[in-house]
Amino acid sequence: MDLTGKKVTLHDMSLRDGMHAKRHQLSLEQMVAISTGLDDAGIPLIEVTHGDGLGGSSLNYGFPAHTDEEYLNAVIPKIKNAKVSALLLPGIGTVDHLKMARDCGVNTIRVATHCTEADVSEQHIGMAAKMDMDTVGFLMMAHMVSAEKILEQAKLMESYGANCIYCTDSAGYMLPDEVSEKIGLLRSELNPNTELGFHGHHNMGMAIANSLAAVDAGANRIDGSVAGLGAGAGNTPLEVFVAVLDRMHANHGVDLYKIMDVAEDLVVPLMDQPIRVDRDALTLGYAGVYSSFLLFAQRAEAKYGIQARDILVELGRRGTVGGQEDMIEDLALTMAKEKGLI
Amino acid sequence: MSKKLKAVIIGPGNIGTDLLMKMQRSEWVEPVWMVGIDPESEGLKRAKEMGMKISSTGIDGMLDQVIKDDIRVAFDATSAYVHAENSRKLNELGVIMVDLTPAAIGPFCVPPVNLKKHASQLEMNVNMVTCGGQATIPMVAAVSQVQDVEYGEIVATVSSRSIGPGTRQNIDEFTRTTAGAVEAVGGADRGKAIIIVNPAEPPLMMRDTVHCLTKEKPDQAAITASVHNMVKEVQKYVPGYKLVNGPIFDGNKVSVFMEVEGLGDFLPKYAGNLDIMTAAGLRTAEMFAEEAYNGTITLPERG
Repeated sequence: MDLTGKKVTLHDMSLRDGMHAKRHQLSLEQMVAISTGLDDAGIPLIEVTHGDGLGGSSLNYGFPAHTDEEYLNAVIPKIKNAKVSALLLPGIGTVDHLKMARDCGVNTIRVATHCTEADVSEQHIGMAAKMDMDTVGFLMMAHMVSAEKILEQAKLMESYGANCIYCTDSAGYMLPDEVSEKIGLLRSELNPNTELGFHGHHNMGMAIANSLAAVDAGANRIDGSVAGLGAGAGNTPLEVFVAVLDRMHANHGVDLYKIMDVAEDLVVPLMDQPIRVDRDALTLGYAGVYSSFLLFAQRAEAKYGIQARDILVELGRRGTVGGQEDMIEDLALTMAKEKGLI
Repeated sequence: MSKKLKAVIIGPGNIGTDLLMKMQRSEWVEPVWMVGIDPESEGLKRAKEMGMKISSTGIDGMLDQVIKDDIRVAFDATSAYVHAENSRKLNELGVIMVDLTPAAIGPFCVPPVNLKKHASQLEMNVNMVTCGGQATIPMVAAVSQVQDVEYGEIVATVSSRSIGPGTRQNIDEFTRTTAGAVEAVGGADRGKAIIIVNPAEPPLMMRDTVHCLTKEKPDQAAITASVHNMVKEVQKYVPGYKLVNGPIFDGNKVSVFMEVEGLGDFLPKYAGNLDIMTAAGLRTAEMFAEEAYNGTITLPERG
């Protein structure tokens, strides 16, 4: 694989996807310290919101320590060069949240839908594009359908006004060949001016390899997370990816030692649990389950005595999608009843 | 006089056709007109085969028949954009409007919670909220009838096949309207609504989760009894409304997990979300008919 001179825009997820691993409890001080550290290291784009995006604050996903507005207003004035992005899942957040984010100074809006439901994003992508924001269509759980289906849905988002399309491996299920095929088809069929991105999870240990495959197939934006802080076994660990890109002479613009230090000195100490491929995170990848289900399944295990792995496998079998966190307790209750535990 | 109220259904799509099939079994409401805008539409053809009078030029094509045919109730299953005009024209002729669109000009109506009040006041336009609202607000109300609810949150998960282009183009309307009705009808101080679309095959049954935060420590026995009672009330018009798990109590949080299976009239059984709308809409008109028959309300005078 030759990535010499390829331009890669790295997008940090630690302050959004990482919120899942922190049960949305990062403090304003932690957000500011990490984002200014990333900014200083040369990371060009940093995502900041509740783990489930704008408006994600809920009993279902967890109430955060602060509102999206408070986080954005704390971070944005403190960073010098980097831009800030916000995630929005239609059905959870609305265009009102989008406008709030824009007013806070958010540069990039990423509108996320399940990979077959792009048509629920028309009003949000349309609004963001109309406001001249960097507008991204984010197709989640992309492992669940064919490359052709991803292309069909990507074209819808492109037609609504998205200038960048993501193939999102929310479950950390994909292997590099699948990433190559999907990104490759998008690259050959979408408007050449439309940027492509890849968002990985490390549940099968493939996040770095998948991200390289994505760049090789034509993606120029890659999501990762400093120290891997993210849902499941975490996102593509950014400091590792930067080192790999360095060795491959790709053009990424990030200072390796500085981002290593952010990972080691700021992020690792605040982790509530090691972010690693434990048996439950591995099950997410193996069974194709949405990564943020991990801690919910582990809590259900503690409460109802049903193994998290069994819950996750059953959720995969049922074809659950992102956002269905409420199914976890419901299913655990049903399984516990069947086993006579309650 | 016949005790049945004669009805016009506007919009011969999935909702309108399902409503028609349910109405044909009703003791209180008799479907007479089906109104569309496309003479070639499957829905209008089907309605004609089912013995309905049809208009293919909107309600303007049948307004002059309203008095002659003694039409007393209308169901609007079109869109928020045209609803206001439909409602104005029919209300002027003394026709009660049951609004199945997101327009919400009139007050929200969730039958087991506040239908009796609307019917007794002869409210001329009532809005049926959303499918997620019909499925969940009775549960929020079941809790708030026992004690104060500080915050009510509902999560509706529907199959991809059961959600049409109108909802998809304006999914924010679903979340806003439902959240508003969780407060206004459910009785929560603050409401939030979330909708998830799931494309699994075979399609999943509509699922709904309701979380409430009570102000004081929840009275578990009273809330559990109230929830079970409310499920029975909804089952009177939606037999497939089922409590799967709960109520579960965790501190001041009360959680209820529901499943809604439709009757499978025109829409498949998994589309409990659409079924609960049509069933609630029909139940609403039936209550007006019952009140009129019992003499507790007097329908608008006609010459």
